[in-house]
Amino acid sequence: MSGDVNRDSNRSGAFVVSEGRRKMQKAARTAGESILLLIASFVAIVVLFIFYFVAVDAVPYFQQRGFAEFFTSSNWYPAGDPGEFGALAIIYGTGMVTLGSALLAVPMGIAAAVCLSDILPFSVRQYAKPVIEMLAAIPSVAFGFFALVILAPLLQTSGGPMLMWVWWILAGPFLLLAVIVGSDLLTAGIEEPVRRKRYATMLQVLFTLLAFLVLYVVGSQLNGMQILTGTNALNVSIILSFMALPTIVSVAEDSLQSVGRELREGSYALGATRAETLVKTVLPAASSGILAAVILGIMRSLGETMVVWMASGNSSHIPDPWYNYLEAVRTLTATIAGDMGEADQVTGSARYHVLFAMGLLLLVISFISNLISERIVVRQRKILSGQ
Amino acid sequence: MLALAALMLMGTEVSAAGNGIVIDGSTTVGPIAKSFAAYFTKRYGVPVTVSESGSGNGAKSLINGACDIAAMSRDMKTQEIAAARKKGIQPVAHVAALDGIAIVVHPSNPVRGLTKAQIAGIYQGRYTNWREVGGPNSRIVVIQRESNSGTQESFKTLVTGKAVPIMPRAESQASNGAVKSRVSTTPSAIGFIGMGFLDSSVRAVPVDGVKPSVASIRSGTYKLSRKLYFYTSGQPTGSIKQFLALPSTADGRRIISELGFISQ
Repeated sequence: MSGDVNRDSNRSGAFVVSEGRRKMQKAARTAGESILLLIASFVAIVVLFIFYFVAVDAVPYFQQRGFAEFFTSSNWYPAGDPGEFGALAIIYGTGMVTLGSALLAVPMGIAAAVCLSDILPFSVRQYAKPVIEMLAAIPSVAFGFFALVILAPLLQTSGGPMLMWVWWILAGPFLLLAVIVGSDLLTAGIEEPVRRKRYATMLQVLFTLLAFLVLYVVGSQLNGMQILTGTNALNVSIILSFMALPTIVSVAEDSLQSVGRELREGSYALGATRAETLVKTVLPAASSGILAAVILGIMRSLGETMVVWMASGNSSHIPDPWYNYLEAVRTLTATIAGDMGEADQVTGSARYHVLFAMGLLLLVISFISNLISERIVVRQRKILSGQ
Repeated sequence: MLALAALMLMGTEVSAAGNGIVIDGSTTVGPIAKSFAAYFTKRYGVPVTVSESGSGNGAKSLINGACDIAAMSRDMKTQEIAAARKKGIQPVAHVAALDGIAIVVHPSNPVRGLTKAQIAGIYQGRYTNWREVGGPNSRIVVIQRESNSGTQESFKTLVTGKAVPIMPRAESQASNGAVKSRVSTTPSAIGFIGMGFLDSSVRAVPVDGVKPSVASIRSGTYKLSRKLYFYTSGQPTGSIKQFLALPSTADGRRIISELGFISQ
């Protein structure tokens, strides 16, 4: 019976498009799909081509000079006669500013993302997020100019007091929390409530005094510090962290948003507080997205050129002591930018190819970290979906 | 899209005109080239484009045929000349002006003078504290230029020599302006800039007892001086020849001295 009806409608053509039109649609679909495929593969091919051409120019360097000098020496005299191409200090400088900016940007970025997605009311968020994303629209040369002309002199004239205030603002609340939690934990074993309370109070007073002492001593140490040169790793780390922030905040906030309302409400329904919900439910659920945000942000600082060229001081030596962020450093990107002008076929080819070796190194680093983050995201997804 | 098309059209128009002059090279010679360009365009109606990418880049552009005149604050190196010949280009030097390299410190720095040996010692890392050269007890922040800079090359030739390289600890800046800006904001810094960039924000230190000045550079008593060049491919003709005659005209001399350089 129903078959009859179908056949009827087929014959009348009321619900089915004509043969010709169907072919047209099919052709259009195939064409559209192949164009999209072409564009997608074009992007992939561009990446492969970049890899290929950078590698082609990098290999001659290693053929001429081997690997040992590049990775183990920090004598960078490309203009010397003969030239020396020890890039260790430069690789170290890149690592240093990338790490420094990550240390600043990651906690700030994730905190800002949590604040935007779960704490601020919707009306505020609507305005706050675009403002943060505006940071990404500032050209890097403007950041570099700011770092060179404003931040560097500021660090020199009042770097000590600035560091002291940062220390107080960051360490103060943290130590306060530690005092309260620490004294509670230490006295938790005491059964009798009255005695416990008395001991807890005593410990709190003691710890508070200790905390103030630590705050004061470290603070005055920092206050008395004289920053010799403002174009240093710290300056660049600060500016790079600002540049990485919008990426981290934006991507992390999106992934926090994509954790559904159901999870949050389920957590509340089980009696969790807002803090518990955030820390134990929302953040783990969004962790893969947050990780992607962090990796993207770090890649941003790793690849940034203009700011580090202008404000890192560009001196190719490993700071002394090794963790001294107040000394000038040189990065791979700035070296490529700074030495490219002179390093051509004219002035000896090792000098030219070594810059491509640096470019290749940067490519490989970002490639590996992308792979790692991809891996973690996949594994995280598996864990979350309970497989 | 329309704007893009218009831009492209404009681009082809300029290059199609063919009689424009393209100058590339030293940031030190840059101010002279730019002022000459403005003067030349106004007087003869020939468009002149000036880019400042460092002497090394200027030489490269000339060799690759990307510019008509390479502005250079140092002599062309033998390798560069060889590479140019290989491409069938015969570089010809034209002196644009004389320039002194001024050793600059922060205005608050009490150091009254340095010898050439002391300056070399500072840049090679033998002296690390101002106290060792008659200044206050403070570490020296040493600022040099990037390797594509002609000023850097001249400084190496005139002061440090080739035997001992400038220490890696020395910071590098990308232009005369950036060096000046760093020195003017850093009390314990030392740097070197072309004399044309001197102003009250930094203090030029007498070298071997001689202050950099027009008279001391012309007479040769100030040792850190050099010639600034315009390089062309072969003997210039037409408007390029006219342009290169500017340094010896009265107006050209006036422009050069207004910019703080010294006409020959």
